[in-house]
Amino acid sequence: MTIVQFLIVGAALFSFGLYGVITRKNAVLVLASVELMLAAVNINLVAFDVYLQDTLRSGQIFALFVIALAAAEVGIGIAIILMIYRNRQSADVDELNLMKG
Amino acid sequence: MTVTTSEILRESANWAFLVIAIPTLFAGWRTVTSNNIVRAVLYLVVSLAGTAAMFLMLGAEFVGWTVVLVYIGAVVILFLIGIMITRAPLGADADLSHVGIIKAAAALLSIIVFGIITWAMIDAFGNEAIATFEPTATNTLSMLLFDRYAIPFEVVSFVLLAALIGGIAIARRDDKVAS
Repeated sequence: MTIVQFLIVGAALFSFGLYGVITRKNAVLVLASVELMLAAVNINLVAFDVYLQDTLRSGQIFALFVIALAAAEVGIGIAIILMIYRNRQSADVDELNLMKG
Repeated sequence: MTVTTSEILRESANWAFLVIAIPTLFAGWRTVTSNNIVRAVLYLVVSLAGTAAMFLMLGAEFVGWTVVLVYIGAVVILFLIGIMITRAPLGADADLSHVGIIKAAAALLSIIVFGIITWAMIDAFGNEAIATFEPTATNTLSMLLFDRYAIPFEVVSFVLLAALIGGIAIARRDDKVAS
């Protein structure tokens, strides 16, 4: 196996996530696209960890931290979407223009 | 250590990689394009399972199974709960994505990002092989996590705790203000 094949899959998943973050209207699906980007980052971290054969295993440890922080991010994100839905009766990110001048 | 193209084609691990990578990318693509909101989240499951399988291929067993437990077990359930609580239309719904100029701009931007990353990576690493490796023992990882990385681990635990308490505090209904 070469390292580039993992990096290309990571880059493709990251681009898909970027596309989703920009085009999706529903806030839950925007969060799902962010998860896709984080998964792509994890692929890169683990691939480089194995490539460099680091004795401290920093890549894999960092990937574990990214997973934990992604879980925290989804928990907070869903709570915020829930509160916005309760106040505005909508989870559509385009309708949340309260701060528009 | 570089390998030639014929060596890449002869190695069976690369065909296994292809079998994993194609569904992963297809599911990732459908996650961001599907018109059915529940299906989009379920495609996310397939995509994340593919990344977990890639971690197993790379020998990162603990990270792989953590992805299965945390993402597929918990995060996707949270997404589905979020969809159902916000009463999103559960059937096919054409109004989930932007169309026209925003879609074109997003496609252009992601193609540019993909092209730049891919070009830079191929330019830097070419056909360099990943050296033959032993699977990372969970023992090694846990010894490092609780010894060398003990303080970052505690900080992440604290962040997770704060996020959970914050999530409950944000999402709970405040009766005094509402009435």
